[in-house]
Amino acid sequence: MYGLGILNGFLVTMKNFIKKPVTIQYPEERNPQHPRFRGEEFVWYEDRCTACASCAKYCPLGIIKIVTHPSGGKLPEGDAYAIDVFDIDIGRCMFCGLCVEACPYDALFMGSGFEESKYKRADLVIHADRLRAAEKHPSTWFRPQLEGRGYDPQSDAPVPWKEAGRESWPHHLPQRPGEPGADGADAPSSPAGH
Amino acid sequence: MPIRTEPVTVNLGPQHPSTHGVFRLRVTFDGEVVLDVEPVFGYLHRGSEKLGEERTYTQVITLTDRLDYVSAMTNNQAYVIACEKLAGIVAPERAMYLRVIAAELQRLVSHLVATGFFLNDLGAFATPLMYCFRERESVMDLFEMLCGARITVSYMRVGGVFQDAPEEFWPALNTFTTDMPHYLDEYEQLLTSNEILLTRTKGVGILTTEKALNCSVTGPVLRSTGFPWDLRKVDPYEIYDRVQFDVPVGEQGDNYDRYKVRIMEMRQSIRIIDQCVQQIHPGPVKADVPALLRPPPGDAYGRIEGPKGELGFYLVSDGGIAPYRFKIRSPSFINLTVLRDLLIGWKLADMIVTFGSIDINMGEVDR
Repeated sequence: MYGLGILNGFLVTMKNFIKKPVTIQYPEERNPQHPRFRGEEFVWYEDRCTACASCAKYCPLGIIKIVTHPSGGKLPEGDAYAIDVFDIDIGRCMFCGLCVEACPYDALFMGSGFEESKYKRADLVIHADRLRAAEKHPSTWFRPQLEGRGYDPQSDAPVPWKEAGRESWPHHLPQRPGEPGADGADAPSSPAGH
Repeated sequence: MPIRTEPVTVNLGPQHPSTHGVFRLRVTFDGEVVLDVEPVFGYLHRGSEKLGEERTYTQVITLTDRLDYVSAMTNNQAYVIACEKLAGIVAPERAMYLRVIAAELQRLVSHLVATGFFLNDLGAFATPLMYCFRERESVMDLFEMLCGARITVSYMRVGGVFQDAPEEFWPALNTFTTDMPHYLDEYEQLLTSNEILLTRTKGVGILTTEKALNCSVTGPVLRSTGFPWDLRKVDPYEIYDRVQFDVPVGEQGDNYDRYKVRIMEMRQSIRIIDQCVQQIHPGPVKADVPALLRPPPGDAYGRIEGPKGELGFYLVSDGGIAPYRFKIRSPSFINLTVLRDLLIGWKLADMIVTFGSIDINMGEVDR
């Protein structure tokens, strides 16, 4: 009979009268966000940063600007250069995370927020001062050391640089600037690196 | 007295809700019947091929996300396969499984979007689309778990994937593959026997196998004509030779068959994912590839069965850090060549439906 298929289809739509809706009221309710989410507002640990500018070189769009000068510090401790400018233009950023992947010292992390809106394009450029002052809620993207311990960037407290730790991947040399001792695991308790 | 009619030329698009992006059709009508069609595209041209020549091999991955923005994972996969051929790298087994799982999830997403928008074009305004997007959303959540992004994933790297899947990914994937067949049943109950859908799509926009092969059409559009050409079967890449799946084909190559083939392919994708989850073993996920890859001079063509057809990347290396030539064989663009022959002789309303059933993506057409 003509129309049976349509009626059969209406059964599917009718079921939704008694089902709980899948949509949520966004600003009040929120979907759970995975800790690996690559969000805005990068997390930068200056204590770890050696101003090597790997992040700037790896950025496909070249939106990271870094200006340094020799500071007279010690090269093995990663203090040879002081940072004058460290700007990330997140107005042009596509959040691919290659800068975070490139960082050899785990100084740069992806952020976890996503509600960054500004009235001016110029406000979307994150300066070093803002990165220093920002609350550190790093994403666990490409940072497996954060991932294993059930850390949630949304609800947990800000992570200071010593707690953020280093990843213990085989291609990383055990000894790096800012980390005395052969084992990267004891880095959080070490006083050096700034 | 006979009525004298004159052909009228109408511009459909470039900004039109049914053109799936900025695509323009210059159509000549005789009354309501299509006499001639001339596709005009290039409105979304971003010069991806040229941009790829001044980026390193890793940075190009971010460009491939933006070709077919509905199926970024498969674009990543095709590109890294081409790169691995060029540089002679073999990805670890676990990485291949992860890639196949991600690519099949992406195929589900692409077919869901194709089905939803096809029905949207048919006049079933937004209802089936929202049903399809409900399931797409759960795949997007899986992608967020896997790689931190939902659309522009940049998940795969030359020589593997950037990072292993998190622990909570596997139970979530299991839940998804258990639920998804029920949702597919729901779509079929909603649509497959719907008389309006049948009258509008059965026998409309018929594509013959010969015509499809002459136009080098690939993907579900070719398979709907009854020609079982699937690169996963005929030229297995990665681990597709270790999984069992069927290649669904249509009967006569009309709009209904193209819709039906996509629904059947989604079921096969779930089958592939289930087998991959059973076969996957712990291990490394990335081969030892230098961060600044310098492949030896030469060229390579890597191709995969994308959701829309054969997606290929042709790379020429001169030994530098960036590809010397970066050519994209995009299935959407090549499938469009058949559009003129499909549309001539049909009416305006059928034109929109046929166009929707080919499932193109302008990001990939214009590149």
